Amino acid sequence: MNKNRILMFFFVGSESFFFLALIISYIYFSHTGGVLSESSHYLDIKRTGIFTIALLSSSITIFLADVSLKRLNRKAHRIWLAATIILGLIFILGQTTEYLKLYKLNFTISKNVFGSAFFTLTGFHGLHVLIGLLVLLIVLIMINNGKFKTIEHTAFSSAAIYWHFVDAVWIVVFSVVYLGALI
Amino acid sequence: MKLNIHIPEPTKPIPDIRTGEGLLQWLSTVDHKLIGIMYLCTALFFFVLGFGEALMMRIQLMRPLNNFLSPEAYNQIFTTHGTNMIFLVLTPMLLGFATYSLPLMIGANEMAFPRLNAFSYWIFLLGGLILYASFFAGGMPNVGWFSYAPLSERFFSSTKGVDYWVISLLLMGIGSVGAALNFVVTTLTMRTKGILMNQLPLFVWMVFINSFLILAAFPVLNAALFMILIDRQFDAHFFVSATGGSPVMWQHLFWGFGHPEVYILALPAFGMVSEVIPVFSRKPIFGYEFIAASSVAIMLLSFGVWAHHMFAVGLGTTFNAFFAASSMLIAVPTGIKIFNWIATMWGGSVQLKTAMLFALALVVNFTIGGLSGVGFSLVPVDWRLTDTYFVVAHIHYVLIGGSLTGGFAAAYYWFPKITGRMLSEKIGKWHFWLYFIGFNCTFFVFHFLGLLGMPRRVYTYPDLPYLGTLNLFSTISACVFGISFILFFWNIFYSLRHGKIAGNNPWNAWTLEWLTSSPPQQKNFEKVPLVRSRRPLWDMLHPEDPDWKRENKNKIKKKGNE
Repeated sequence: MNKNRILMFFFVGSESFFFLALIISYIYFSHTGGVLSESSHYLDIKRTGIFTIALLSSSITIFLADVSLKRLNRKAHRIWLAATIILGLIFILGQTTEYLKLYKLNFTISKNVFGSAFFTLTGFHGLHVLIGLLVLLIVLIMINNGKFKTIEHTAFSSAAIYWHFVDAVWIVVFSVVYLGALI
Repeated sequence: MKLNIHIPEPTKPIPDIRTGEGLLQWLSTVDHKLIGIMYLCTALFFFVLGFGEALMMRIQLMRPLNNFLSPEAYNQIFTTHGTNMIFLVLTPMLLGFATYSLPLMIGANEMAFPRLNAFSYWIFLLGGLILYASFFAGGMPNVGWFSYAPLSERFFSSTKGVDYWVISLLLMGIGSVGAALNFVVTTLTMRTKGILMNQLPLFVWMVFINSFLILAAFPVLNAALFMILIDRQFDAHFFVSATGGSPVMWQHLFWGFGHPEVYILALPAFGMVSEVIPVFSRKPIFGYEFIAASSVAIMLLSFGVWAHHMFAVGLGTTFNAFFAASSMLIAVPTGIKIFNWIATMWGGSVQLKTAMLFALALVVNFTIGGLSGVGFSLVPVDWRLTDTYFVVAHIHYVLIGGSLTGGFAAAYYWFPKITGRMLSEKIGKWHFWLYFIGFNCTFFVFHFLGLLGMPRRVYTYPDLPYLGTLNLFSTISACVFGISFILFFWNIFYSLRHGKIAGNNPWNAWTLEWLTSSPPQQKNFEKVPLVRSRRPLWDMLHPEDPDWKRENKNKIKKKGNE
């Protein structure tokens, strides 16, 4: 296997320990001191669910982009890549508006320990999405400038590994934070 | 903005730092050898600072009720000393030797990602400098190297020290993860033709395994560091008990990183002596597979022992019993290595060169540190001794007796390769004996001080029987210990000018780094022969009796027996 891809696999492996620590902390802190019941009604599950679908479908579009690159269909590759970026942006937009709404309701990172854990976990995930978007954007610009030859194929597929990882983390975070609040 | 400075490729293996061009070549290099040397110089630089801090503490503790240092200054100094020695001395020392030697030992000309390698070093150095920048920003961190909450929260530590500490560790953590990723991918993809995973030199194996520890442990620390930073900067409540947070959670997360960290510092040192002992016993290592496999066992077990740092928290009997058992268990794979090394020496023709003496010192001193560690896994013993000088003795026996001593063995072993000149054996022997005696006299008495109940991290102590005498003895020994380091620096300084020219393979060693010139040219190898065993240079020098022929025979024999 190519060394770029190996590097990315180990990197996301390492990152998953970072999220593991944050998720464990979230579970612990959201269940201490009875803050979950008084805070969970702030979460809008339906709305976030819609943005979740956008992020999850971006995993499919980037897979299709990868496939079209392997078939050397450069036009399809660019379209699917652009679609991925747009879906990612929609997710970030959703998260930003959610944060703004919560701050208006005076639900902040310093309100209680649930707020601290919620904003830290979802915030770090959002940061990872942003970094992923930046990487994909750079790839797209490089393709448009014709700087991308077939040799650098792994640069794109490595970025795709990272993007899939960001998606997978969100599945866990969404299940724990939003669906977990339903229980 | 575009920087348009043309920096010519260095022609000499080690560019002259005194010329402008040479300096730029150092600053811009992506060569693993130069980056390795920079790591090692960084370790030496911070070692001087850390040792100065240690001496200040020893002078303060020289006699009871001394007031050489104020309590406030003492708190800052012991915190900085601990952080400095663990993150800024031992870590760059191990990363440095690994960065320098790992590609050479697998017959590669570079690391897999040279630019990531440079990035890892520079961000690491930035982290180190930020720790000391806190001195100019109103005070160094003053809450101990594990920064227990809620003491490290803003309510109790209002200076900027802890914030600097957090940011410094975050940056160094990023650097270490980058380096670890590079080691893993380099080992997997850059091996020269023929060299299989079970033919890698043991130092490479240890660094490889160690990198997985780094990849899994540092992110946990980073998560905890971010949480405390968010607590301090954005008024969050993670570890503030008054508002529903949990200080115990900090301990879980910190030691979830902290105990693997102990092995992160120890495993490469084990690798170093696993290279040194066979070469100076003129025998192949005994039980290669056991050393590699027991290290994998250590790696896995080290994630299941963290709460033995927390027996005094009161987590409950079941919890304590589990971690007591797992802590005893992890001593087994560590003990296996000790026996491997002894068996390697057994019946060999042992040459007591300085490198070998340091390797032997590791076997002795790490065993002492390991045994006091097993003692701590007994919960009642831990309750009695926790937060006393017994713990301080234990950590110093493990980290100095283990990691640093291994580092000196490696320094004497690889210095000829790195610089092209031998370190003086005469000064080296003096260095070793003063080091060995100074170290043991300084720290062995800590065991007694701990048993007498002297608490750690307190700036002074009352005039009770024995305390003053033992502390004075320790302080005097620390000065002897300090002289040994002056000798080491003198040895480097002297040998760089007057040392014997090393030649390619001064120790008649068997691994690939000794195949190339000393110091190696920018391109490490022109040509590497096909590797067919664990001792490629032996095979080259003894075509009549190469290792791989014997191994083949053994395999055939085994098959025949089946």
